[in-house]
Amino acid sequence: MTPHLSLRASGGALLLALLLVAIAIFEMSYGQVRLTASEVWAALVRPAGTDPVLVQIVRQIRLPRLLTGIVAGSALGIAGVLMQTLFRNPMADAWSLGLTAGGQLGVALIATGSALAGPGAVAFLAAFDGLDLTAGAAIGVMLMATAMASLARRVSAVTLLVVGLMIGFTAQGVVSVTIHFANRAGAKLFSGWNDGNFASVTWPDLPFLAAPVLAGIILAIACAKPLTSLLLGEVYATSLGTDVTRLRRLTLAATVLLVAPVTAYCGPVTFVGLIVPHLARWITGTARILPLLPLAALGGAVIATAADTVMHLPWEQHFLHLNAVLALVGAPVVIGLLIFSPTMRGQR
Amino acid sequence: MLTLESLTVGYDLPRGAVLADLNIAEQAGAFICVLGRNGAGKSTLMRTIAGLQSPLAGRVLLDHDDAVRLGAAARARRIAVVLTEREAAAGMTVEDVVALGRQPFTGWDGRLARQDRIIIAEALAAAGAEGFAARPFASLSDGERQRVMIARAIAQTPKLMVLDEITAFLDLPGRVETMTLLRHHARRTGTIVLLSSHDLDLSLQLADRIWLLDGKGGLLIGTAEQLVGQGAIGAAFDSADVRFSTERGRFELVRVT
Repeated sequence: MTPHLSLRASGGALLLALLLVAIAIFEMSYGQVRLTASEVWAALVRPAGTDPVLVQIVRQIRLPRLLTGIVAGSALGIAGVLMQTLFRNPMADAWSLGLTAGGQLGVALIATGSALAGPGAVAFLAAFDGLDLTAGAAIGVMLMATAMASLARRVSAVTLLVVGLMIGFTAQGVVSVTIHFANRAGAKLFSGWNDGNFASVTWPDLPFLAAPVLAGIILAIACAKPLTSLLLGEVYATSLGTDVTRLRRLTLAATVLLVAPVTAYCGPVTFVGLIVPHLARWITGTARILPLLPLAALGGAVIATAADTVMHLPWEQHFLHLNAVLALVGAPVVIGLLIFSPTMRGQR
Repeated sequence: MLTLESLTVGYDLPRGAVLADLNIAEQAGAFICVLGRNGAGKSTLMRTIAGLQSPLAGRVLLDHDDAVRLGAAARARRIAVVLTEREAAAGMTVEDVVALGRQPFTGWDGRLARQDRIIIAEALAAAGAEGFAARPFASLSDGERQRVMIARAIAQTPKLMVLDEITAFLDLPGRVETMTLLRHHARRTGTIVLLSSHDLDLSLQLADRIWLLDGKGGLLIGTAEQLVGQGAIGAAFDSADVRFSTERGRFELVRVT
């Protein structure tokens, strides 16, 4: 509203952008193989004159992983803002409300279905890898989002959250069983389905991940103004000229576009969408949606890539899990919200 | 000018019509209080006039425009609403909330023009809320929140302001301030202010016109003097325990136990 606030927003955005650049440089050079910044630079701009192993590590492994983290983190951050506003619940997020679980189920069912249908179906699936896995995830996310949106009108914020988390556990169980049968039937499936992971996305996958996310971001920007009026409740939003039914559909569509591809390619990434909107609101000092979106995108990218970097540090013994790293940051935030947020304490 | 033409308000069957065939015309700048007991249909009538609920029959005209046919966006530029519901508006500052009143007039991104900012500042001042413009909305008291919501409605620069039982949570001085503020705003800007209230005494003293719902599907209209003189207030509100004294112009207990 005042110049003071937009200064806060742009200053915060600048800081987050610088942080993201720092993390990116670190992530590109640090890992099981340590590279200097100049080696990374050389591998990026002069691949012909550089050690092919280095080029392989930088261009085929680390860069796609970094970009995937940025795209997925931005998508989840923005989806978090959309969902917390639409559900009027400070803990709403694709993961906490079970949308991710719905997406996982969709992907698992498509893969298993084709595996059981026969080798022809598996070949078809493999040929259109990106598209049909994203479509499977989209159907799952959409069904779950619609179900949760209608449930949200009947139960309290806390109940909805518990239901969402239980759906998550249920989905993990079903996915495990399904994958067991799919593997026996010979389907190729992503490994590590119970953990988030940015490393399995390759260059050919990236457009399939990024295109729907981009569409989702554009839709989110278009919904920003009416979503701001929804902060006052549905009746006030209507009296301010907002078509609430249409807004709800568009926002859910944007959420599906943002969440489904991330779920299809990266698995369940926890906490990012839940905590990033709070970070963005804290930086801007307002809950107005439009200024929040760039900060949520940057914040999501920072948290996702930072967690991914920690996960890929050269640990001696074994790998860390992405969601374990995210939980270390995210879970205390959630506990704080449960204790201190008026909505979660039930004094709406 | 606000005109109700054969307006019937209510719900789908089985509940059906609450108030039928209303014909009313009110001039610009009128401060109107809508009175009636709980369940008489105040909120249904207010919601219908505000365009939040479809009429069963008839029309609501605002300067010859059919408020229903206008569509949500055009209606939002003419009619502002304030309700009893206490919304938390988590994370919004007072200024953000009042700025939402300009939303029907801004472009796709909601960017405020210079003129919008002037209107917002004036609305904050008119509602006596300029002192806490920068505070978080959620940190305000009930009375302060009500002022902010009124400032938001003023910022919407409507022709008609519909306020449904907004004084319910306020103490007596707060109610007097709120009602005089609205009356003054109606006079000053020509806005028609339609306020439903349980504050009979205050409403009878301050309203230009009273819409009195008798609880049997009827609606009586007139100045306070006219309605009191007809004994209509008593007819609508008297019960076994309380009765309206036409001589004293106030309610009295029938018997004190």
